[in-house]
Amino acid sequence: MEKISIKINDQDIMAHKGATILETALANKIYIPHLCYHPDLKPAGSCRVCLVELDDGKLVTSCRTPVKEEMVIKTKSAELDKVRRPIIEMIIANHHMDCKNCAKKGRCELQRIMGYMKIDKKRIQQNLRFPKEELPLDDSNPFFIRDHNKCVLCGICVRTCQEIQKVSAIDFAGRGYSTKIATLGDKPIAQSRCESCGECVVRCPVGALVPKNLRRPSHEVKTICPYCGVGCSIVLGIRDNVVVNVRGDADSSVNSGRLCVKGRFGLSFVNSQDRLTSPLIRISSNKNSSLVTRHPSLFREVSWDEALDLVASKLKNYRGDEFALIASTKCTNEESYIAQKFARVVMGTNNIDSSVRLCDAPSITALLKTNGINALTNSISEIENAASILIVGANITQSHPVIGLRVKKAVENGAILIVVSPIEIDLCGFAKVWLRPYPGTDLALFMGMCKAILDGELHDNAFIQEKCENFEDFKNSLDDFPSGKVERITGVSRDKVASAAKIFATNKPSAILWSSGLTQYSHGTDNVLGLINLSMLTGNITKPSYGINPLMDHNNSQGVCDMGCLPDFYPGYQAVDQPEMRKRFKSIWGKDLNPNPGLTLTGILQDTLEGKIKAFYIMGSDPVSNIAGSHKVKEALKKAEFIIFQDIFLNDTAQFADVILPAASFAEKDGTFTNTETRVQIINKAMEPIGNSRPDWEIICNLAERMGSRGFDFNNPEDIMSEIASVTPIYRNISYNSLRKGSLKWSDLAETSLTGQNGKYKFTPLQYRPPAEVPDVDYPLILIAERDIYSDGILSQKVDGLKALRAKRLVYINPKDATDFEIKNGEVVRVISRWGEIEGQAVVTTASPPGLVTMYLLEKEINQLINPSPDPAAKTLETKICAVRIVPQKES
Amino acid sequence: MEEELLEEILASYRGDRGELVPILQEVQDNLGYLPEKSMVDIAKFIGVPESHVYSVASFYAQFRLLPLGRKRIAVCRGTACHIRGAPQILNRIEKTIGLKEGETSDDLEYTLETVACFGCCALAPCIRVNMDVVGEMTSEKVDELFPPVIEGVKNDQ
Ligand code: SF4
Ligand code: SF4
Ligand code: SF4
Ligand code: FES
Ligand code: FES
Repeated sequence: MEKISIKINDQDIMAHKGATILETALANKIYIPHLCYHPDLKPAGSCRVCLVELDDGKLVTSCRTPVKEEMVIKTKSAELDKVRRPIIEMIIANHHMDCKNCAKKGRCELQRIMGYMKIDKKRIQQNLRFPKEELPLDDSNPFFIRDHNKCVLCGICVRTCQEIQKVSAIDFAGRGYSTKIATLGDKPIAQSRCESCGECVVRCPVGALVPKNLRRPSHEVKTICPYCGVGCSIVLGIRDNVVVNVRGDADSSVNSGRLCVKGRFGLSFVNSQDRLTSPLIRISSNKNSSLVTRHPSLFREVSWDEALDLVASKLKNYRGDEFALIASTKCTNEESYIAQKFARVVMGTNNIDSSVRLCDAPSITALLKTNGINALTNSISEIENAASILIVGANITQSHPVIGLRVKKAVENGAILIVVSPIEIDLCGFAKVWLRPYPGTDLALFMGMCKAILDGELHDNAFIQEKCENFEDFKNSLDDFPSGKVERITGVSRDKVASAAKIFATNKPSAILWSSGLTQYSHGTDNVLGLINLSMLTGNITKPSYGINPLMDHNNSQGVCDMGCLPDFYPGYQAVDQPEMRKRFKSIWGKDLNPNPGLTLTGILQDTLEGKIKAFYIMGSDPVSNIAGSHKVKEALKKAEFIIFQDIFLNDTAQFADVILPAASFAEKDGTFTNTETRVQIINKAMEPIGNSRPDWEIICNLAERMGSRGFDFNNPEDIMSEIASVTPIYRNISYNSLRKGSLKWSDLAETSLTGQNGKYKFTPLQYRPPAEVPDVDYPLILIAERDIYSDGILSQKVDGLKALRAKRLVYINPKDATDFEIKNGEVVRVISRWGEIEGQAVVTTASPPGLVTMYLLEKEINQLINPSPDPAAKTLETKICAVRIVPQKES
Repeated sequence: MEEELLEEILASYRGDRGELVPILQEVQDNLGYLPEKSMVDIAKFIGVPESHVYSVASFYAQFRLLPLGRKRIAVCRGTACHIRGAPQILNRIEKTIGLKEGETSDDLEYTLETVACFGCCALAPCIRVNMDVVGEMTSEKVDELFPPVIEGVKNDQ
């Protein structure tokens, strides 16, 4: 960058060309008072506190004035003081100067300015009129307080919400003396569009926006957020073995310091009273009791030795396919690796699966089929540079919030956004094209788009010829999708399909993002294949900012699959049924391995019902709540003879356990997570395990040794990672030494990645199948179940603030349907499906199209309503939609 | 009804940001104030955040964010009225109807405001109830005009 020389207060300084005076001064440790400036925001130049004097005597706002060659700047002068002093005095006079009790004490910009200018606040407050009457605090948000009496109207929060979060929940309101920062209608912030991200709170220069329950940490440790698949880098603040504060890590290429509400405010579950603290052994045979699981009449606390000895002796009776292990999308890679190794080596079975099956498995199945590898082809930060973005079946601002920010940023950078969603989601407001196909008809839409692209000769012929195979077959399959038919199936007009196709094909690079809204169908794998076809057809796969991006649900959904917690793959997607693979793993693990691929989650439960599987190891998951058709899951678990449940909390599944093992949370152990962009990131132990809990890897290794198995004597996760790297080609270049220098994205490193099978990408001819769940006379509406930003399994349920913010049970229904079914806005209704029912409050809105109702539900709630059909390829269940009818509650 | 009216109004605009103030004016002219729901719809229509619409609406004195009462009481605070006891009159009215200046009662019966001289100085102190000016106000006249609410009655009707 070009440098220029300037002088500040007689000091010679080399400044970056294009920088402002304020930035240059601060970078050189010269303080200039400022209030409305923040390095992350565009300068507003509104407070005029940052004035400096140039050598011609002119006073300029340093935050808005770029440096110029030979500039001579004074930051202190009598003239400056004369102008600045009244501004600050006015602010102080209007400010609730209760510095002693203020949460911002010592880090407040106003205090700093007063110190710098040697202002005596007492004198001012005596001389000037006393401030206006005290305004009430807004403490409606469970995580932070807004105190208008301390606000200096710098506008940083307003601009943060506009520029960074792009939500604009707040703005200046009123005028003159009574100006304040307000939401629409000046309502409490919790009733506004605010997403509780706290980005404004961390930037407020004074004590007007402060977190509740603030405690200063005694030490800080860098680690990774344990919630969603984005994998934001965080800095945990700890005091007395309690998580007291969380900061976003500004150096992370994943989140650049940003966090959503869960990452910033949702980690108090670590210190929840409900944490499991001791191993428990069942003493009563009464399973599925409605009593609290930890009730002393059902379980008793035991030592680790006693618990593990019991497990070891019991498990000896269930070798081979009588055993199944359910791994966790929340545990580390090292723990997942150990878990599958335990199942394969100690127990001799490939019956290993995880809750990835319920959501992301179709993406994995499809990617392995076409690309030969399970990995997205973009990285998160590249999304910002895409020229067009296609989003399908993903309410990203809720499910993967920080990727949502990247998408909004891309739009700001000029990307054209195409949203495919039957219901209105936040990103529709940023989209150029919003397609609203009938639910479950996406594939017909993609095929229609492909056909429009081919017909318009907008495809990338060179790429197809050189890099792809099976094109002719695919092309022929498109004959089945004439525009009229597509229009009929999807309800999207042919013009709209064609124009979306054209935008997508002609604005490159273009990125496709999707998640469970596309995969949780009985034809989820086909849906994903359809998108991959579209991406290949336009030559949009594999280059930076191009490509296909499945958004994996959880922090380690990607990792748990990479590590081989899949019934048909060893670590690194090496197929169990290939004899050479088996031989290789046998030689490394030193044990004969079961040649038969195991069962998927759904298969495991079926076999348990039939009495073939008798013992279960359930790690960090909750099949009873997570798997649709809970009654069947319960039946199966009741039937099992021996169940080990290992987690940090009890959940609905725990009531079926024979032994409960308390695991340590992410904050209490070392390890790695792999996020949705295949980035392997280190998590660092920040505090001691709560109670008697232990990291999962330690528990399983200890157990394996008690069962007489070798190959489990690891000292730490770092050792485990060395073994992982030695058996997993895609992790070959991963080591703690390299990770400590920075995270690594394995799809960038692995030579096998992204060349497809035989070095080519494979087109897949596809046929359209309607969803299995269809409406009829009795159940005329389709319910779409969405998840809101505040809900993410048991962890979020242990955080009171998240619980408070969670969407109330609202049933969004179109005005037309509301009239037809005689539903009034705000009234309590029953939503009745073929399998169950749920209550909610009706919201009449066009956000739901006619024929559809939308609800934000917990997995557990939606799973009572459905009895879904699985996708034939990936065995994922169709849980996205459900036929229902709605009746006003008063009629019952 | 409100919603249809709003739709009709919006139909005559293009949906540009620049149309915000004229739209707000027209909505207020038709509805008497700016209901929150209308601000949400306007925001969507012209493609700006809701909070921005509120920001503009609350900046200009001409916009009302609350509905008006059926009886709009305006107390003159012009010089002539002031000298002849307007503050006491205002005080009395505030006490009787339980509202402060600028407020509207929850049952939408009264709105209380003050205005500068409305040109009837000869009759000072004066107030206006909707379109009717009442001059030479006294405390007794206040009680006559606004019978004190008997505890409990209001809720029962
Ligand atoms: S709340 Fe804080 S950031 Fe927002 S305007 Fe007031 S002082 Fe500035
Ligand atoms: S918490 Fe986030 S969404 Fe809410 S006002 Fe602040 S920046 Fe906006
Ligand atoms: S976006 Fe995901 S990873 Fe990032 S803070 Fe939120 S929950 Fe955590
Ligand atoms: S910091 Fe420069 S004008 Fe406010
Ligand atoms: S001063 Fe009251 S009417 Fe003129």
